[in-house]
Amino acid sequence: MNLETIIPEMAASVNWKLEGKHLLSEDLRKKALSVLENMPFPTTRTEAWKYTRLAKIRNGNFVARQEQLASNRHQIDLNAISLVFVNGHFASNLSSSHFPDGIKLLALSQMEVMELSVLGNTLPLEGELFNAFNTAYATDGVYLHISANMHIKPVIEITHIVTGTNTISHLRNVIVAEAFSKAHIVQQYVTENANTCFTNVVTEVSVAKNAFLTIDKLQYEDESCFTIATEQVTQATDSNFTINTLTLNGGLVRNNLNIAVNGQNCETHLNGAYILKGSQHVDNHTVVDHTVAHCVSNELYKGVIDEKATAVFNGKVFVRKDAQKINAFQSNGNVLLSNDATVNSKPELEIYADDVKCSHGSTTGQLDDEAIFYLRARGIGEKAARQLMVGAFVGDVFGKLTNEAVKTRVDQLLQERFEWDFVG
Amino acid sequence: MLKIENLHASIDGKEILKGLNLDVKAGEVHAIMGPNGAGKSTLASVLAGREEYEITEGTVAFEGKDLLEMATEDRAREGLFLAFQYPVEIPGVSNVNFLRTALNEIREYNGQEQISAKDFMALVREKSAIVELDAKLASRSVNEGFSGGEKKRNEIFQMAMLDPKLAILDETDSGLDIDALRIVANGVITLKSDKNATIVITHYQRLLDYIVPDFVHVLYDGKIVKSGPKELALELEEKGYDWIKAEFQH
Repeated sequence: MNLETIIPEMAASVNWKLEGKHLLSEDLRKKALSVLENMPFPTTRTEAWKYTRLAKIRNGNFVARQEQLASNRHQIDLNAISLVFVNGHFASNLSSSHFPDGIKLLALSQMEVMELSVLGNTLPLEGELFNAFNTAYATDGVYLHISANMHIKPVIEITHIVTGTNTISHLRNVIVAEAFSKAHIVQQYVTENANTCFTNVVTEVSVAKNAFLTIDKLQYEDESCFTIATEQVTQATDSNFTINTLTLNGGLVRNNLNIAVNGQNCETHLNGAYILKGSQHVDNHTVVDHTVAHCVSNELYKGVIDEKATAVFNGKVFVRKDAQKINAFQSNGNVLLSNDATVNSKPELEIYADDVKCSHGSTTGQLDDEAIFYLRARGIGEKAARQLMVGAFVGDVFGKLTNEAVKTRVDQLLQERFEWDFVG
Repeated sequence: MLKIENLHASIDGKEILKGLNLDVKAGEVHAIMGPNGAGKSTLASVLAGREEYEITEGTVAFEGKDLLEMATEDRAREGLFLAFQYPVEIPGVSNVNFLRTALNEIREYNGQEQISAKDFMALVREKSAIVELDAKLASRSVNEGFSGGEKKRNEIFQMAMLDPKLAILDETDSGLDIDALRIVANGVITLKSDKNATIVITHYQRLLDYIVPDFVHVLYDGKIVKSGPKELALELEEKGYDWIKAEFQH
């Protein structure tokens, strides 16, 4: 493997050994590299990173590394079509090799140069350091194309496994749902014997006319690891896009969801749950950009934060001029379980049209002591009472999950990490 | 069943119970009446284990065990039930789910097997009928959006489900219209047996027309100052509490 060190003259100077594999077109790579040359690492003075310190990522001595695993012990749905990546590289030995009609599913590394040359253009690079790193240094990722009118019944499960110490992974996924198609994707991020690793993943999603696409994004990485995960989504007329982001472990997790709703009569659903403890830091940034009229977007994020963990929610909804008759709702709720837990919640609406129905709200509180006493007075132990209350609080987000296998896995992970038993 | 001796309790340094004695045996119904501020609800809170109250003196034995040493949930598991004056709304927790958890924790504590889903639902149907509680309410979030009467009926429904040895009804009658009062009282009477006991804490006599007490106690200034048969309640209704105050003011 050919390792490249980032040239020290770059503004975003880091001591990372990255793999010099050029996946996307040379033009795109040049643009990305020029961003890296000129752009310093963001600090907390940068508005988009105000509450998230990147020092541990900037100062990390990360190294790209390949590893072969003998088995995938993370598979959620046994009937799923499964693709597995380890440290940013396709693991063909762990992945499905037969696919139903109507989908093209493979690793970018298996694609022809010509096919690759047209990918990757929807992602903004200017001013976006991690997008630029990803575009210049992505080693592999998924290419999923769902043909028009096809309903893919099995879940498409994409598993990113990270192993080792200080491993850096750059993954680039491309998902295209053609007109009138329907599919359900599960993307999960997990680790095995990993320590202080960094993953920077970008998923570009195109939802064509009247397509229905659901993504469950399940994050369960080691508490010492860092992840920045960006979904760049465009929706065409009459389409329906749902993403459920469930963050159950990970040291520093930043999710960027950028949804451009470019066609009329679209529905967009963003649901998120984050359950944190220790010194975890989880930051959800979402942008829903309504550029045209007659669309609905609905955003529900809920967090439970214990010990010294910190959560950030920054949700922005734009309603552009002439994007009339938009219904946009956004809600973020947090429960703090300890005195040292912190949340920074910032819901934002920017509306330039005059005939819209929009609302946003944010609540942060503690569990109701009176309710806990009531439950205990009926014979329920204190721990179980608190768990019932927490489960009731985040239950409406977990209730959005439609795949039984995903629900069961979420239940298992909550049981494993918190000894909680919510989803039922 | 319950023996309270010389109980003193205070909150924020202020003494509310000042040497209360009470002896309740299986099969009995005791009414505790008294003016506002006498300490009626404090007594209920202390027995249920509210941690805000400090016990400075006295003992409470429940079936021979030291009640004051037990956590709130263990008191419930031992068979003590408090019907709350102000039942709490718990959004997102279904009544049925919560009761199944409670029932199973109580059974586990007492070395019994978990109840099957089928038996549990049969029990819900049987017991909700006692207080004429709509089966739909049973599956909704605990008390959320319930009317005042529905909340009180839900308390008695929970009592029926958990089948306690000792039930303490804290002002269960307050705020109820006459029909709801009759339903709640009928529920309590139906559940009464010679193995369990009931303490009815009330401000008004009218509940005692339905739930006829074996003993009536007057609580005033943190102590039981007068005890008598059920006729005492009528006397209190007629004369008010002023004569008690006059008699015991110091």
